[in-house]
Amino acid sequence: MSDGPRVALFVTCLVDLFRPSVGFAAVKLMQDAGCTVEVPEAQTCCGQPAYNSGDRKDTIVIARQVIAAFEEFDYVVAPSGSCAGMISKHYPELLADDPDWADRATALGARTHELISFLTDVLSIEKVEAAFEGTVTYHDSCSGLRELGIHAQPRSLLDGVDGLHLRELEDSNVCCGFGGTFCVKYPDISNNMVSNKMEKIVATGAETLLAGDMGCLMNMAGKLQRDGANVRVRHVAEVLAGMGDEPAIGEPQDGKG
Amino acid sequence: MTTSSTVHSTSRNFKNNARDQLANEDLQAALNKARGHFVDGRATARDNLPEFDDLRDQARGIKDHTLEHLDFYLEAYEEKVVESGGHVHWARTAADAQQIVLDICRSVDAKQVNKGKSMIGEEIEINKALEADGIRPIETDLGEYIIQLRGELPSHIIAPAVHLTKAQVEASFRENHTELDEDRVLEEPLSLLDEARTILRKKYFEAEVGITGANLLIAETGSSIIVTNEGNGDLSQLIPKVHIVLASLEKIVPTLEDAATILRVLARSATGQEFSSYTTLSTGPKREGDPDGPEQYHVILLDNGRTDMLGTEFEEMLRCIRCGACMNHCPVYQSVGGHAYGWVYPGPMGSVLSPGLIGVDEAGHLPNASSFCGRCEEVCPMHIPLPKMMRHWREREFESHLSPGSVRVGLGVWSFFARRPRLYQLATGLQMRMLSWMGRKRGRLSSVPLAKGWTKYRELPAPQGRTFQSRWRSGERV
Amino acid sequence: MATDSNRDQILSSLRRSRGRDGPVDEATAESLRARIAGHKRNIVPARTDTDHAGLVDLFETMAQKVFATTTRVSDMAEVPDAVAEYLRGANLPSEVVMAPDTDLDAAPWADTSMLEIRRGVPDEPDQVSITSAPSAVAETGTLAMYSGPAHPSTLNFVPETHVVVLPASRVVKSYEDVFDAVRELTADPDRGGLPPRTVNFITGPSRSGDIEQTLLLGAHGPRRLHIVIVEDD
Repeated sequence: MSDGPRVALFVTCLVDLFRPSVGFAAVKLMQDAGCTVEVPEAQTCCGQPAYNSGDRKDTIVIARQVIAAFEEFDYVVAPSGSCAGMISKHYPELLADDPDWADRATALGARTHELISFLTDVLSIEKVEAAFEGTVTYHDSCSGLRELGIHAQPRSLLDGVDGLHLRELEDSNVCCGFGGTFCVKYPDISNNMVSNKMEKIVATGAETLLAGDMGCLMNMAGKLQRDGANVRVRHVAEVLAGMGDEPAIGEPQDGKG
Repeated sequence: MTTSSTVHSTSRNFKNNARDQLANEDLQAALNKARGHFVDGRATARDNLPEFDDLRDQARGIKDHTLEHLDFYLEAYEEKVVESGGHVHWARTAADAQQIVLDICRSVDAKQVNKGKSMIGEEIEINKALEADGIRPIETDLGEYIIQLRGELPSHIIAPAVHLTKAQVEASFRENHTELDEDRVLEEPLSLLDEARTILRKKYFEAEVGITGANLLIAETGSSIIVTNEGNGDLSQLIPKVHIVLASLEKIVPTLEDAATILRVLARSATGQEFSSYTTLSTGPKREGDPDGPEQYHVILLDNGRTDMLGTEFEEMLRCIRCGACMNHCPVYQSVGGHAYGWVYPGPMGSVLSPGLIGVDEAGHLPNASSFCGRCEEVCPMHIPLPKMMRHWREREFESHLSPGSVRVGLGVWSFFARRPRLYQLATGLQMRMLSWMGRKRGRLSSVPLAKGWTKYRELPAPQGRTFQSRWRSGERV
Repeated sequence: MATDSNRDQILSSLRRSRGRDGPVDEATAESLRARIAGHKRNIVPARTDTDHAGLVDLFETMAQKVFATTTRVSDMAEVPDAVAEYLRGANLPSEVVMAPDTDLDAAPWADTSMLEIRRGVPDEPDQVSITSAPSAVAETGTLAMYSGPAHPSTLNFVPETHVVVLPASRVVKSYEDVFDAVRELTADPDRGGLPPRTVNFITGPSRSGDIEQTLLLGAHGPRRLHIVIVEDD
């Protein structure tokens, strides 16, 4: 084990359930950067579904649970801007009036980061050793972009990936229509949004779409596949970790289909 | 919160409204045209003014300071209006405001009222009240005029007819302008404008009363300020003998300098202009010796639920200067247009304001219909945390058990597991293996029970197999 | 209409929301009055940090950006010909309605046979108005007009073409400069302590984007705004 920081991976529920390879990619990226990575057992979800549905009480219970499970580590890192933002921005707000928890929430919030910005901004990584042949485009997920200011970081690391060519996506800062429970509560509107997004993605001519949040990725992948668009969809961490040969999101695990 | 008896909203039908609007080809065509125009315009205006973001911060500070002492500034303002020969009327509800307008109109035996664009006029449904009293209201803003002909509400707070194509405008003119020659070509926007200009030109000189809104009220001078591009607000207030200003009470700022700061961010945020064509300060009635201008000047200060928002988690909404940037940048508004929201104020600002003014039971859908992408807050010149306040409405709805039963049950089951890591891992592990098995051939699923909202329009990517946590716990490493 | 009770109820609920039973305390009131009386400037964009000639240039550039047209003449004596030439060039009528403004009397209008001038308030059929402008803001190419016996505000809006005679010395940096000028005017004892009834900031001709967001000039106010800048300094 290295002398680097002790980092807890907050794997996020969607990565845990649907795309464990992103979790392994995150572990690899951080280990390569000299971190000791652990996966605390008492993790489920950051609480966004409850929080965004107005269920403050349950959200607070979950927030306390996450804080207790993760506060012993130097850093908490999530391969998702929205989950990292939940812990770093919203937990402190939620618990601001709770004398027992306010300081703990603020302290954990300050040590919680989204994976890619953790690599670049905290660990000062400028280049990762990885190769990925082909043209990709990149969607900026809303929470990462607007809550955490993640925009240049993934682009700078992708720039160092051998063989990879990034073609910018028009309106890359416009929501893909996922929005957590939004996409199932208002499916018609969400569909319009993801259809617009798909149009721009296809227009880039890129073979692969990357982003940093599983929710957005599943939404866009699901739409592209339903409409028969020939674009593969991956989490940016997989490409940066050199795990870009994994079957893409929504592709069969045996690689055929 | 206050619910006015005059409210006619279809906000409860938001979902159906939205579906209709998504299928409305004219609307979709019109929205597609407008979208880039507003977004690019604001971005360029911002880039052209290095002080833009600092001005936003100052503008926020000015409004916060004013809201903190609103009673003081309103009284100071009132004193100045009276000093300059004007009248101030206080209206708690929409009905109060209607009554005040009607009383003024009757006092001068008004037959026609010309209106500059006023969202407060829409909020209190003043046209209906005037018509019921036998008075003809004429909307003079081009967009408002068009929707008045069509019997519609504005679909945008600064571009009332943004939902219409030019062909629809032409059809409305042909239907309503009985003297219009059938052979006259009206295909181009300019010919449509000329037609409206010709019709309205005559009407400017017919009205006894002019009603305008106000973008700002100045405590220092007792002035009201309107900002327009067409000049209709000026013609509406200069020619009739009575000028009535409809303003909600949070429009006040202390000084002209404070107004200047807000004006510098207003047009840039709204249309991307550095300054609108006409910014007009009006103080009292015309002076002795003035060759034109109104003989009477009345200001109606409307509350209609706003004071109830002060001191609550919704107070910051009262900083809003009605620029429309939030809706111009909102992917939900841009999908469904303003009418889907079902009441006067659409888009993100409406999703926060409407529940405050007409009740969360009536408008509860609106703050839910957001993906929380945060773009509205990002572009709001007054830094209003719109997503946060939409979430607060959801909390109120949840606490008062107004959220739909299915949502509560689903959420209850989810949160039961989310609070119990071991059970969660067991249950999700099983589920994911099942989903993975179901999707093993194609890597995705086209239909999943209980996930119809998702699979109606998209495939559901199948899980890779076992969950990350179970693989990690069983010792798997990179 | 019980607006008095409305007033009381609104004020008391405003005070309640701030945790007060009554008006702000005297010390606070004093500081708020001082804030108003001090009318301190907030940020004023630095683009106007230039000498006066630079300000006039900036004014002209900004005005042209919003579709005003401009000409420069070297003194008031050249104004009538410049106006007549503009009207002829734009194929506009030579009958004009002019503000009864003594500022404009400095130009030799009688020498120009090409203009038919009426002084006063515009009628609906009037096509062209001529006014002076007491002030102009370089920051955004904005004219400032004050209503009064010498300047009916309807001249700014009713005719299809508005010609403005602007001495270059009147170009100021910002709206704040205009506010100071208005305050000075207000302090004139003859005015009874009142500002002009209407102060119009005018930035380009009338426009509308209400039909498919197409920019159209001349929605209700003037289709054309022509500014004759008189280089008087």
